[in-house]
Amino acid sequence: MSLGPPVQRLKSRPVTFTFELPTEKLTEFWNGLSKGKVYASKCTKCGKITFPPATDCSRCLNSGVEWIDIQGEGEIETFTHIVVRPTSFANHGTYTVAVARMKEGAKVLAWLEGTKLGNVKVGAKVRLTGKVSEEGPTYAFTLA
Amino acid sequence: MKRVAIVGVGHSKFGDRRDVNLPELGFEAAKPAFEDANLTPKDIDFLSVGTAGGWYEEFLPAVVVSEYIGLSGKGLVRCEAACASGSAAVATAYNSIAGGQSDIAMALGIEKMTEIDVLTAVELIGRAGYYTWEFHNFGMTFPGYYALHATSHMSKYGTTENQLAEVAVKNHKYGSMNPNAHLQRTVTVDDVLSSRVVAWPLKMYDCCPMSDGAAAVILASEEKAKSLTDSPIWIEGIGISSDTANVSKRAEYSSLHAAVAASEAAFKRAGVGADQIDVADVHDCFTIAEIMAYEDLGFCKRGEGGRMIDDGQTEIGGKIPVNVDGGLKAKGHPIGATGVSMMVGLTRQLRKQGGKVQAPIKNGVALAHNVGGTGHYCYVTILRS
Repeated sequence: MSLGPPVQRLKSRPVTFTFELPTEKLTEFWNGLSKGKVYASKCTKCGKITFPPATDCSRCLNSGVEWIDIQGEGEIETFTHIVVRPTSFANHGTYTVAVARMKEGAKVLAWLEGTKLGNVKVGAKVRLTGKVSEEGPTYAFTLA
Repeated sequence: MKRVAIVGVGHSKFGDRRDVNLPELGFEAAKPAFEDANLTPKDIDFLSVGTAGGWYEEFLPAVVVSEYIGLSGKGLVRCEAACASGSAAVATAYNSIAGGQSDIAMALGIEKMTEIDVLTAVELIGRAGYYTWEFHNFGMTFPGYYALHATSHMSKYGTTENQLAEVAVKNHKYGSMNPNAHLQRTVTVDDVLSSRVVAWPLKMYDCCPMSDGAAAVILASEEKAKSLTDSPIWIEGIGISSDTANVSKRAEYSSLHAAVAASEAAFKRAGVGADQIDVADVHDCFTIAEIMAYEDLGFCKRGEGGRMIDDGQTEIGGKIPVNVDGGLKAKGHPIGATGVSMMVGLTRQLRKQGGKVQAPIKNGVALAHNVGGTGHYCYVTILRS
């Protein structure tokens, strides 16, 4: 027995929300970006270097850090070019995400900017720079 | 710890299931599981529901499903371990019996991913890493994460895009023989290589689809299992591990550390080795993930995963058949359903109910490898007939 075409699906009541992320404990890091600096945290007790930075040490549980500038040279360990983008990145073109090991020992995931896609290779040398884009404070690699 | 067996399995059709709502979909898995075990809802002590959630309307999916399948009043929990939520639900139900809390328990995995538009789903799954450090400024996507692994594996071992494509070809072949699979058509290497780049080097056909689906298993204590069935499938060992939220904190990218650790723990508990596995389901959310799984599980040496697919060693008739139900790649990957779906498929294999895709069963041992996130969680479960 056919009951004809299906009824229109119910539309849920829409919900939109924006989270507010606390950044207070990492003020030094976020403020550093606007001056071009990228800081990792170094535990004042056990010396562990952490990036992304954290003011609480996951190894010795000490709360206390000094800030290490890691914007020097790094080497790409892996990368991808992201073509199909999330809705909130629809206004960007294809972007390259790379993971690089910085010479201070910390590893960083960030966009690699300012080069043709074909120039990006595993093992390529990069530099890391803090900046403030139209969308807020961030950091990016460029080929060294 | 008491022994625990699978005594009933049920599986919905996977795919675009906008014809049913969440609990109706769950019913399609629960009812056949009850029938397979010759049990009714009143016989069940405990229900664990594996689902990632967030892309469908229900905020408390476990209670909605539980009410619909007649289990209100029973012990109940929702389990979330990203794409391994289904295995987490199985492990939780297992623990409730092994620890003496229940005699008979159901684990039901479920996901509805088609109630929102695709790019919003890409947005939400992309946040399934570390939002603050990987998504907020860098827009990581799920294919993007696995592309980082593919780039690394290709660079380190010379694995080729052609070999990645062969994984898709194999799993589509088996998916075409699985009536519950989302994608039931075969593809060629050229189809995969010429499909649209999603996150280089991964293309559309390197990626599993977004699917709706549900799967259920009923577990029982040794005493109950022996009274219920002549062919219990024993859960011999579960290994669970995890890794850093930040992918940048991983030691390297050609392997998933959590999968290595979880499989070692599972092999040790079950008292078996990789060479005794008759058939396996591995977490092929992307083609590179299956190649890494071969190596992480010890099916081949490091760097030889690409050759293993080249040589057909993971097809039926090869060294170890992998994903003969079509895998996530073709069967579909309704996030929370996947781990339970693996138990359903492997139980049927060990019962020799595999039909056209029955693998040879020599030792009576099967393995499920279910990864959550990009190696954030891993559950390896070993079954024995």
